[in-house]
Amino acid sequence: MTILPRTFRDWFDARGWAVHPHQQQMLDRAADPATLLIAPTGGGKTLAGFLPSLVDLAEGGHDGLHTLYVSPLKALATDIRRNLTAPVQEMGLPIRIEDRSGDTTYTAKRRQRADPPHILLTTPESLALLTSYEDAPRIFAGLQRVIVDEIHALAESKRGDQLMLALSRLEGLAPGLRRVGLSATVDDPAAIARTLARHPDPCPILEADPGPDPDIEMLVTQSRPPWSGGGAKHAIPEVLEQVRNHKTTLIFHNTRAQAEIFFHHLWLANDDDLPIGIHHGSLSRDQREKVEAAMVAGRLRAIVCTGSLDLGIDWGDVDLVIQIGAPKNVKRMVQRIGRANHRYNAPSKALLVPANRFEVVECHAALEAAREHDLDGAPRGPGPLDVLCQHILSRACAGPFEADALFAEVRTVGAYADLPRAAFDDCLSFCATGGYALRAYDRWQRLKQTDGKWHLRDPRAARRIRMNIGTIQDADLLKVRMRRGNRTLGEVEEAFAASLTPGDRFLIGGEVVRYEGLKELTVEVSRTPGREPKVAVFSGTKFATSTQLSQRILQLLNRDCWPDLPGHTADWLALQHKVSRMPSAGRLLVETFPHEGREHLCLYGFAGQNAHRTLGLILTQRMEAAGLSPLGFVMTDYALLIWGLEPVPDPAALLNPADTRAGLDSWLQGNAVMKRTFRGAATIAGLIERNIPGPRKTGRQATFSSDILYDTLAKFDPDHLLMRITREEAMRGLVDFGRIEDMLGRIEGIDHQRLTRVSPLAAPLLLEPGKVPIAGEGRERLLEAEADRLMAEAGLAAL
Amino acid sequence: MSHHVLKLGEHDLQARADGSLFWPAMGLLCVSDLHLGKSERIARRGGGLLPPYETQETLTRLDAAIAETAPRHVICLGDSFDDLDAATSLPETVRLHLAGLQAGRDWTWIEGNHDPGPVALGGSHLAEHVLEGLRFRHIATPDRPEVSGHYHPKARVPGTTAARPCFLADRDRVLLPAFGAYTGGLRATEPVLRDRMGTDAIAILTGRRAVAVPLAAL
Repeated sequence: MTILPRTFRDWFDARGWAVHPHQQQMLDRAADPATLLIAPTGGGKTLAGFLPSLVDLAEGGHDGLHTLYVSPLKALATDIRRNLTAPVQEMGLPIRIEDRSGDTTYTAKRRQRADPPHILLTTPESLALLTSYEDAPRIFAGLQRVIVDEIHALAESKRGDQLMLALSRLEGLAPGLRRVGLSATVDDPAAIARTLARHPDPCPILEADPGPDPDIEMLVTQSRPPWSGGGAKHAIPEVLEQVRNHKTTLIFHNTRAQAEIFFHHLWLANDDDLPIGIHHGSLSRDQREKVEAAMVAGRLRAIVCTGSLDLGIDWGDVDLVIQIGAPKNVKRMVQRIGRANHRYNAPSKALLVPANRFEVVECHAALEAAREHDLDGAPRGPGPLDVLCQHILSRACAGPFEADALFAEVRTVGAYADLPRAAFDDCLSFCATGGYALRAYDRWQRLKQTDGKWHLRDPRAARRIRMNIGTIQDADLLKVRMRRGNRTLGEVEEAFAASLTPGDRFLIGGEVVRYEGLKELTVEVSRTPGREPKVAVFSGTKFATSTQLSQRILQLLNRDCWPDLPGHTADWLALQHKVSRMPSAGRLLVETFPHEGREHLCLYGFAGQNAHRTLGLILTQRMEAAGLSPLGFVMTDYALLIWGLEPVPDPAALLNPADTRAGLDSWLQGNAVMKRTFRGAATIAGLIERNIPGPRKTGRQATFSSDILYDTLAKFDPDHLLMRITREEAMRGLVDFGRIEDMLGRIEGIDHQRLTRVSPLAAPLLLEPGKVPIAGEGRERLLEAEADRLMAEAGLAAL
Repeated sequence: MSHHVLKLGEHDLQARADGSLFWPAMGLLCVSDLHLGKSERIARRGGGLLPPYETQETLTRLDAAIAETAPRHVICLGDSFDDLDAATSLPETVRLHLAGLQAGRDWTWIEGNHDPGPVALGGSHLAEHVLEGLRFRHIATPDRPEVSGHYHPKARVPGTTAARPCFLADRDRVLLPAFGAYTGGLRATEPVLRDRMGTDAIAILTGRRAVAVPLAAL
């Protein structure tokens, strides 16, 4: 056992603290090449990660960078710097600690490169940028340890892949580097450990005492939840009551739009003027920082928030977490609940608020899963190639390299351990010449090979490549500003701004504002007190219910009775059982029925809304071909409802797996989802530059839509690397064809129920927003009709 | 191909759904802002390596417009090449394709800001061209009547989502959309465009069909 030095023991004793067992274990394992620590929030996890570094550095004598700390949030890096600086100063240790992110000033960044601190706190993007400099070997020469915080969050995204590629680079610059990962509770710790360690190094996993089980319940409300929608407006009085009875409450929402709407209604009912704030990723930094500061100071009783508060900044005295809307994913719910009660060994307290009747069932299933510690997770595929392309480009910025050496280095990253040489060569060729079937010109080169080494053809290209490092795919955002006073309220997506006409009202930062116009790249708004908003903001990320949770819901539906569910929900399910039948795990239930003069088909796929949208598009296309005249469809995470002019006599024929796949290929090509996926991959891989030197132009003739590039490649070079990446990713992500195939493969048969009227389970779908009209020629006619009307109205029809 | 008939002074012109302008009485086809060689220029200057197919795509479209209208005269209204170097480094296949399009008809290259000088290709090279009192040039001037390009106007009909390249037209002026494959657009509602047009101006959206909308309603 490693004994903590005297200075440290005194410091712990002076506070009446004891070293946690997992902190001691981290110290004992300080020499291991990789260690993963899984500990609940508030368990002294960060200190456990840093303790070996502090002990190492306490003696003095280390020159330059010793420990690198990487977290997914800039704010977290700043927060940790504050929290770490305090003990270091109190113990009088000779350790310099600094943070570095996109917000760090130019001078500070230059100084950090010339004279790095002992401990540098940063983000994956800033680290990737640092490794792209020619002087990276000097900066990282003495590096001993890397701490990756909240690695469970990073490991689920391309940011994690980018980070691990950067670490493989650091390993080359500072051999023998030791890695530490800090993680919240996860379903598959071994998978995270594989991500963290240098392949094939082992990575022992330390699990700290998880503390007592959280105390989670469903919130009982006076009014019944509505049949559809996600607002949970019905629960406002009870939520306010809970806020009143607790010190600080976090009220989580699944989307920014829902958070805005709920916040709006909460304030309309907040008769006691309880101080309640709002926090989400689309608000301006000023506004977020104000809320964060108020929270730390204990001036807020509640914060309405989204995933932007998911990660571990210590907000002090949170004693209740409320989750509005079904959690969609048990693991995320458990991690969120961990945000309450940072005192070790006290249970966190949480309430679930189903926003509609079906979510009552879903919340109940999630509660059971949480109690049984049954967390969900989907295994991630192999390391994405667009991120590898970016890595190759930034490697080239740092100096000439040999393809063989880089390939070997990349294969030490867990996610790329099985990367075939051919795939690597494709990426290298894409970076070098674009990788097109048509090889045109000598000048068509970014990278050139000289004496066996690859290097930038034009060294000036390094600046442009560095400006575009990163894998976070924000939609194009426009600032929203008050016309008077110039106050920035936040940001909205360009597509949303484009859909507004002057006079439209929308919600942002809890205020109802009136759209006045677009001025250059800013959305100008004015205040309109007390008016109902017309539209909510942002698309935001919509998560689909996880496969595991969907299966649990199906099991719950198939019980004989539901004594634990509220009476209104149990009665509803019993009625479904009586007039139709329950969907079950091994079979696929399809109901058909007439309703208000239209024929309906309801398919209970339980495959998530992305998969259901894809299935809706394929099936309506096949119905069109069969002369069944579909008119539109709508989907939720559990079902797909299609309506049209003709009844579907044999749904099974429509769902033949081979035909479904054939249908997919034909519509996929021109699909907007593909174009969106392409745009992300093309940006990460460096084909499209988000940032170019010089100020962003106001007139936008210079730039053109990435859709044009997609269409061009689809026509002239359909097997191009980026098209392959796009197809693969869309199948897993927005198209989610994998879950359709899973579903079709899982079911042993189709149960077709022909009904005379809408069934209880299908009824809520009729009220669901987000109906998808079947377009094509029809949309064209609507546009012309509107144009004719406008021409006639303006008296220009004869011009 | 659907088109919208424009009255420019005495003359009837067709604003076609493919973004070209046809003048049946003169057998004249006019296109603007082809930006041939754009991906080559970006690559040469150290930017991204875009798919090198846009020149082929643009010429294929132009080929189709010529096949449909069988013009006696074609005017390219400037910015036909993304820069003068792009014009000199066109691959042989493209030169042959262009020569084929030019065969048997008059061909006029108007100078643009991207290609301000003669190029070593067939056809005549002019700063501007006047026909029946109608002035064809790259950037609009106060002179009227006039046909010009340069701005790449685009517009979106309220209530629909996607903006499309469009013509802008009033009684004595037409602004053409960009015909090139790799071209973005400037919203027709931007002051620089709106201020150039009369109050009764219309936008003609391109796409499957040519659709006219009053500019004031956008």
